[in-house]
Amino acid sequence: MNYKKVLSLKNLSKSFGRIVANQDVSLDLYQGEILALLGENGAGKTTLMNMLFGHYIPDSGHIEVADETGHFSELTLGNPQGAIAAGIGMVHQHFTLAENLDAVDNITLGAEPLRSLRRNRSKAEKKIQYLIDNSGLSAPLNIPVGRLTVGERQRVEILKALYRNVRILVLDEPTAVLTPQEADTLFENIAAMAADSLSVIFISHKLREVLAFSHRISVLRLGKNVGEIDTSEADEQKIASLMVGTKTSHPERMVTSVGSPVLRLENLSIAGRGRRDSLKNINLTVFSGEILGVAGVSGNGQAPLAGLISGMLRPEAGQIILDNQEVKQINPAEMIAKRVGRIPEDRHRDGIVGSMSVAENLIIEGLNEKKFQNYGMLKRENISKHAEALLTDYDVRGPGSAAPAQLLSGGNIQKLILARVFHEKPLLILANQPTRGLDMGAAADVAHRLIEARDRGAGIILISEDLDEILRLADRILVMHDGAFVETETRDRAELGLLMAGQAA
Amino acid sequence: MIRIEARDTQSLAWNLGLPVISATLALLLAAIPLTLAGAPIGESYFYMFMGVFGSKFAFSEMLTRATPLIFTGLAAALAFRAKLWNIGAEGQLYLGAMAAAAIGTGVFDVSGIILIPTIIVFGCAAGAIGMIVPAALKIRFDADEVVTTLLLNFIIVIFLQYMLEGPLKDPMGLGWPQSSPIMDQGMLPKVMERMRIHYGIFIALLCAAVAQFMLIRSVWGFKLRAVGENMHAARHAGLPINSSLLTVAAISGALAGLAGVSEVAGLKGYLTADLSPGFGYTGIVVAMLAGLSPAGVVIAALFIASVFVGADSMSRAMGVSSYLADLVVSAALLCVLLGGFLTKYKIISVASQSGSSR
Ligand SMILES: Nc1ncnc2c1ncn2[C@@H]1O[C@H](COP(=O)(O)OP(=O)(O)OP(=O)(O)O)[C@@H](O)[C@H]1O
Ligand SMILES: [Mg+2]
Repeated sequence: MNYKKVLSLKNLSKSFGRIVANQDVSLDLYQGEILALLGENGAGKTTLMNMLFGHYIPDSGHIEVADETGHFSELTLGNPQGAIAAGIGMVHQHFTLAENLDAVDNITLGAEPLRSLRRNRSKAEKKIQYLIDNSGLSAPLNIPVGRLTVGERQRVEILKALYRNVRILVLDEPTAVLTPQEADTLFENIAAMAADSLSVIFISHKLREVLAFSHRISVLRLGKNVGEIDTSEADEQKIASLMVGTKTSHPERMVTSVGSPVLRLENLSIAGRGRRDSLKNINLTVFSGEILGVAGVSGNGQAPLAGLISGMLRPEAGQIILDNQEVKQINPAEMIAKRVGRIPEDRHRDGIVGSMSVAENLIIEGLNEKKFQNYGMLKRENISKHAEALLTDYDVRGPGSAAPAQLLSGGNIQKLILARVFHEKPLLILANQPTRGLDMGAAADVAHRLIEARDRGAGIILISEDLDEILRLADRILVMHDGAFVETETRDRAELGLLMAGQAA
Repeated sequence: MIRIEARDTQSLAWNLGLPVISATLALLLAAIPLTLAGAPIGESYFYMFMGVFGSKFAFSEMLTRATPLIFTGLAAALAFRAKLWNIGAEGQLYLGAMAAAAIGTGVFDVSGIILIPTIIVFGCAAGAIGMIVPAALKIRFDADEVVTTLLLNFIIVIFLQYMLEGPLKDPMGLGWPQSSPIMDQGMLPKVMERMRIHYGIFIALLCAAVAQFMLIRSVWGFKLRAVGENMHAARHAGLPINSSLLTVAAISGALAGLAGVSEVAGLKGYLTADLSPGFGYTGIVVAMLAGLSPAGVVIAALFIASVFVGADSMSRAMGVSSYLADLVVSAALLCVLLGGFLTKYKIISVASQSGSSR
């Protein structure tokens, strides 16, 4: 690795009202380096990168970037176009794609003048194909992005940044929605690009990949630099103690006895628009007191399965039996009434109404409760008391219960949803990628709460692309492939991997 | 080349100051055609100001003009909050007006003190039906409500002309297409002697207050905001999307209907086909100017009414066309839309971005 500096963030500070998101943060990046930026949810990582990319204007401090010749100059603050011109690309934590456009249009949007878009489409497609071949990031290019899986959308986001010929690439939790295999492929390709002098900053909560692929680690805590360490000298405990000051532990999962069935799906079929939206004659039983892990590569039927259990989709055939009663009316309200707790995969889209307050988002499923309304009028005092209590209990940090939910950091939005679900003590919990984007402490907390709910007798369906998570938490594992289940006794990673790929073990 | 970027932060000061800045900018813009028309700017704006604040009568005229705009502005604001694009307030206004004229001229045998409440109830119901139908078509058949409500406006106006030539026609009207006068007990009381201002203004203000309160404090308002702001999350949370849309459609239509009631039974006393100089459409401008807030609708309606009434009196005093009022109002809307756009996006000239300085 060479030691030519390409980027230098100097003493950046940024506050939002009372919240100090960044205080005096400095960061250097060298050519060909892969730097991991770590920190708890709400530590200020995204804010720092948003200042680099010109989305936020720092309250103080400045940023210097080297051009191709290695000559340093100061970056105009608060100017994304300037950042792009300086060769900086950013992949945001949440999706920024237009759902009704396909991948090609999304990738070229803004990079090419609109006029020439149609004409040069084949040229653009060629360049994208080249990028795909080089990065291993494939996604369907010609169907509307709204119909892609979250994993595929993430790949389109990365392709979009790569398309702009960047020299410095910022990835805000790029692997949060990828399977470990996909993440490994992505990082192998990033490593290759880094060897070819691309400099990379990535944010991640997954220590495994941080340790495997970064060269250097920088840690933020409560908006401040708290340490930097060469990856070769780091291990999980060292990083964890830098991040939170204490060590976190994964909860132990005791084997308990299972109870009666809480959910039975019988001969269920959904014929969606394509393979990814379909379920083929599914049978499934979830027992009280068990965590059922659903493993699989996304796009193999997890979406319709989750849609069904959350009441968003209606099956063409078959029945749903909850707590020994057939569910006749399948809709979200009915599922909530039957005490099904749902943690949606796409939290920004399905989980919160961003412009409404944190407190309002916490009661959105419980509007009919007497506690929160009286003759159709909201009981505002109770609602905000309820919110304050939940924010404390679930350690949701941010600008407070009266602020719009969209101001929370990514991980804290997830905690808000978890608080809403777990608080109701549901009978059945659908946890669709529940720890995605959470820091280690928060992820461990979710695991604790899932196990706690299980021990109290809830049935839990845990859909996750993270095999480690499934292996750690699930009492029983099902693999989803091509819209159907493969039940398996094995706990062997390689064997599970084969099943996920559709090859009988 | 110019590019447009989404802003990550939207400042509160911007949101609050926006209407004021747009209004000022609109008045400045309107100075251009005024100059072209050969009128001295200072004097013109003086007459415009005096046309609204110069006397008690002038002021009461402005309030009279603002009354229907508050109703139609509320109609648009509430529907738009739920992303239900009601462009049909004009038609719903006439439905309300026809109901008021029918009941007020004695179609049913009601009279005495219950006549006014009956007129109001039927006027609201007529307007409500005018919006429930497009909303139901949207829910059932995915029919675009922009198209259906807009087309309904034309259908309703033709129906109105038929009614005024037929069943509602005043036999004593010397052949003019107008309805018989409303019975005296059916007329809303006047606020002051010898002025045109009537109790419609109080009903309008009451509606605005109730709408504001319900939007923020009621379960209904909660649902409406959630459905309008993130339909996916609202559905996932089990909120009743369709019934929310239908109730807001009914309320929106009823408010537009009330505009018609208030014009017929408050101001004119009878129904003609030129009852509304586009109050329904101007209501959309009012709602946008108000940032879709019911309280803001009152202020925006007062502003637009002031411009109309002020420009009228200015044009009389200065001898320039009163179409200038329309110009100011359109300029205001453009300024607001542009301003609203600028709070969410910023425009960057790519030529000027060297990206570095030394
Ligand atoms: N526009 C904003 N207005 C107010 N507060 C904000 C805004 N953006 C971020 N914050 C707050 O600043 C803090 C830092 O947020 P940031 O998004 O940088 O965290 P993060 O380290 O990226 O966390 P995560 O791992 O959860 O994504 C949080 O408390 C967040 O609520
Ligand atoms: Mg973040």
